[in-house]
Amino acid sequence: MSLLLIALLPFLCIPLPLLAVHYGRTACAWVTALGPAIALALLLGSAPTVFGGETVTVAWSWLPVLGLELAFVLDGYSLLFAALILGIGLLIILYARYYLSESDPMGRFYAMLLAFMGAMLGIVLSNNLILMVIFWELTSISSFLLIGYWRHLAEARQGARMALTITGAGGLCLLAGVLLLGEIVGSYELTTVLDSGELIRAHPLYELTLVLILLGAFTKSAQVPFHFWLPHAMAAPTPVSAYLHSATMVKAGVFLLARLFPALAGSDLWFFLVSGVGLATLVFGAYGALFKDDLKGLLAYSTISHLGLITLLFGLGTPAGAVAGVFHIINHATFKASLFMSAGIIDHEAGTRDIRRLGGLRHKMPHTMWLATIAAASMAGVPLLNGFISKEMFFAEVVVESERLGAAGWLLPAVATLGGLLSAAYSIRFVHDVFFGDSRESLPKEPHEPPRYMRVPVEVLIGICVAVGVAPALVIGPVLDVAMAGVLRGEVPYYSLALWHGFKLPLFMSVIALGGGLLLYLWRDRAEALHERVFPAITGKGTFEAVLAGAVALSRGITRAFDNGSVQRNLAWLLTAAIVLGGYGLWTGGYSVGDAHQTPAPWAAFGIWAMLLAAMTALVVLHRNRLIALILVGVAGLLSAVTFIYISAPDLALTQLSVEVVSVILLLMALRLLPEHTPRESSAGRRLRDGALAVLGGGGVAAAAYAVMTQPFTTISDYHLVNSVPGGGGSNVVNVILVDFRGFDTFGEITVLGIAAACVFALLAQGASATESAHRESNHPLMLLVGSRVMLPMMVAVALYIFLRGHNLPGGGFIAGLVATVALVTQYMASGIHWSERRFTGSYFPVIGWGLLIAGATGVVSWLFGAPFLTSAYTYVDWPVLGHFEIASAMAFDLGVFLTVVGAVVLMLANLGKQPAHGDKEESSWSS
Amino acid sequence: MLTAALNIAIAAVLLAMLLSLWRLLRGPAPEDRVLALDTLYINTIALVLMLSIRFDSRLYFEAALLIAMTGFVGTIALAKYLLRGNLMD
Repeated sequence: MSLLLIALLPFLCIPLPLLAVHYGRTACAWVTALGPAIALALLLGSAPTVFGGETVTVAWSWLPVLGLELAFVLDGYSLLFAALILGIGLLIILYARYYLSESDPMGRFYAMLLAFMGAMLGIVLSNNLILMVIFWELTSISSFLLIGYWRHLAEARQGARMALTITGAGGLCLLAGVLLLGEIVGSYELTTVLDSGELIRAHPLYELTLVLILLGAFTKSAQVPFHFWLPHAMAAPTPVSAYLHSATMVKAGVFLLARLFPALAGSDLWFFLVSGVGLATLVFGAYGALFKDDLKGLLAYSTISHLGLITLLFGLGTPAGAVAGVFHIINHATFKASLFMSAGIIDHEAGTRDIRRLGGLRHKMPHTMWLATIAAASMAGVPLLNGFISKEMFFAEVVVESERLGAAGWLLPAVATLGGLLSAAYSIRFVHDVFFGDSRESLPKEPHEPPRYMRVPVEVLIGICVAVGVAPALVIGPVLDVAMAGVLRGEVPYYSLALWHGFKLPLFMSVIALGGGLLLYLWRDRAEALHERVFPAITGKGTFEAVLAGAVALSRGITRAFDNGSVQRNLAWLLTAAIVLGGYGLWTGGYSVGDAHQTPAPWAAFGIWAMLLAAMTALVVLHRNRLIALILVGVAGLLSAVTFIYISAPDLALTQLSVEVVSVILLLMALRLLPEHTPRESSAGRRLRDGALAVLGGGGVAAAAYAVMTQPFTTISDYHLVNSVPGGGGSNVVNVILVDFRGFDTFGEITVLGIAAACVFALLAQGASATESAHRESNHPLMLLVGSRVMLPMMVAVALYIFLRGHNLPGGGFIAGLVATVALVTQYMASGIHWSERRFTGSYFPVIGWGLLIAGATGVVSWLFGAPFLTSAYTYVDWPVLGHFEIASAMAFDLGVFLTVVGAVVLMLANLGKQPAHGDKEESSWSS
Repeated sequence: MLTAALNIAIAAVLLAMLLSLWRLLRGPAPEDRVLALDTLYINTIALVLMLSIRFDSRLYFEAALLIAMTGFVGTIALAKYLLRGNLMD
């Protein structure tokens, strides 16, 4: 149970920072830290169990049909990762408190950080593959939000989009791969899959599965050729880079490689693909880092390189390689996060992170210098620091495995050493160019040491680096042991965490790497000149954008072939398709009219229909005058409503009438933005074609309807009529269908309505003139003003009446909502927007929100009684004065419908009303 | 007796609706058309109420109530449009 809590706590705590930010920035940070701190405490509380060799699992069924379970597992490996995520997360929260400036919205930042933390915890703790992919995609989305946190910066938005595209696409590949994996094994449970390695590797779909899963891992962990999103993600605030882009999210890819190691590793394909990509990334990233002038850019490329190193280690496919890989994950997380935070401190205090502009900061920031130097030394692989030990293990593994390549065996150690050499060179550059050399005068800010607590997170991490580096077996040995037991699911091979292995090849490789790195740094000017001559500027970003532009052009071309933006053409396609299909049916099936009983129509009905036909014929003739067309459409609506009444469909009639008037208002508001007459645009031939299509289409539907209705047939109405009262507790079947039989549909529809209203609001917000209607206040016709105000309470009473009776007699929340809307909009028309908004409500969004909330809550309540979503219940009560009446849960749902309709429709109409019209334009330009 | 009276009345109202429609189509001014639509609404109320007496059903009353309301509001909207070209200001 506590495992579930650990996984969900960050998500549950998301609202806290948003609320706490009003009580100050420090309070906000404290409150944010609360959830992760509790989760970490719970996690450490379960640690003894895991160290005792047990694996904790919990599972709840979610969507059993799809194999999706809410299942979590805590073994040594997930324990290690969860502790990293929560521990570094807490340090980042502290750091961000001082990093973010007064003007940055801190609550939003912390909320998104918590969302990310929860998603990341979900990945490492999931015991169900599909659940893991869900969390995987959640990290993509939350990292998108975090990279784009400074949304006013174009590069932040672009970087965020690129990261989302690449990692999101990778996530889709991963999903496909995981589905295949689940099909092969027959279970989506992680622990089962991990125990079926033999079966998976022997399966014919193994190759495809492996490639798809690797695509997911490589995109997330920024492996070549998908690496380029990571440098662009550096537009994020530095706490984000330190957390996501060094310690956690980019580690998700390599986490997955290790997690699925027992299931997938061990084949030749695995070896060549994973170690090949890792090797290429290792060298490429290190090389790129050498020539970056941006501190964070340098660190980004160095991260790519180190991720390549880890990938390479897992690619070797040996248990010992996996040990080194997991060990380097820990080490890299500690030293790289502290380097990022140091870079952030430099940026924060000196105002720039351009290496060319920095220098000589050792006098101004001695403390920071020490921290950054130790971290960089660890990155370079200097002895007595943790980076050295995992790098030694790496070299040793590479030497052992090089035998597998036969004659080309020297290649692997040589390239590995080259990577180490480059790594040493850029580490030296990071420290030397920033802290040593001459002081620069022209910095944007006068550099000084950061606030005390901004350094604390770096100090903690550096402390770990040194402790692990000096006494690895003591500090990290037990943790690594239990983690490896989780990764390898059983026997952990012998490995040595000693500092000194004697004069062997790995030591010489280290010496070459460090010495060569120093030399390369000293000759960096020549190297840079060579670099610029040899490598033309092909950037990942350019390629990415070219590919995107190509894809957009292709899909636009395909779309344009069918739809060139002309409504006539669109409708012509649609009608032609319908006529062809209908004609085919007629051709093959024949046309026959049945002899079912036909209701005789009285002459009054014929009178109404004759008028309807006359009005519609007139509409065809007169439609170029838009106002006349609108009035005639109104006539059609009215006469249709009368027809509905006549054929005993009062609900339809009421709906038709209330929708009618709202549409007229809406169209009138659109009309004032359009010319009075529709110009004649189509050619004569085209009008002929359109006319023919209209006649064929309309005539076809009429003929089909006549044929169907004269046949004897049974309808689905019977079921609804029988079950309406016993099942839904209402005798108005139409309403019971809306709120009960098809309640879920209605819930979806009102949600869409609310979203549509928000979209309309957002689209219109740009054009809305802050109508200075104060000066027109006296301009409203007095008769109308008084008359409409007298009408308001009556109209609201009608709405209430229709709402209350709706469950048993014609009416209901939707119609009542429209009637109330009309009542409110009338006041807008009669007394002006200004007057109405001051009296009604500041914003209609809460109305929509409450409506959806009430409707949703009605559905959820039925869960409490063990019934499916939106099951309705009803009872009869006796109340003094009011007497005997019914209370149905559907009533509450209907209230939700009512509120949503009122809020959404009034919001849309009122905002359309604020749009400046033709005549208003000059006026509004005067006032603004 | 009542049936005959109702039939005559319904016929009269139908005729009135037809004439309103005629005025609506002929115009000539937009104001004429708006007034004609309003008249059509009022005639429809009468028609619906008489139908409900004729068929002895109360379900028609709400419809008549709503026609009265929406007719009023629709006329306001059209009038406001003709007056200002702008429904809300």
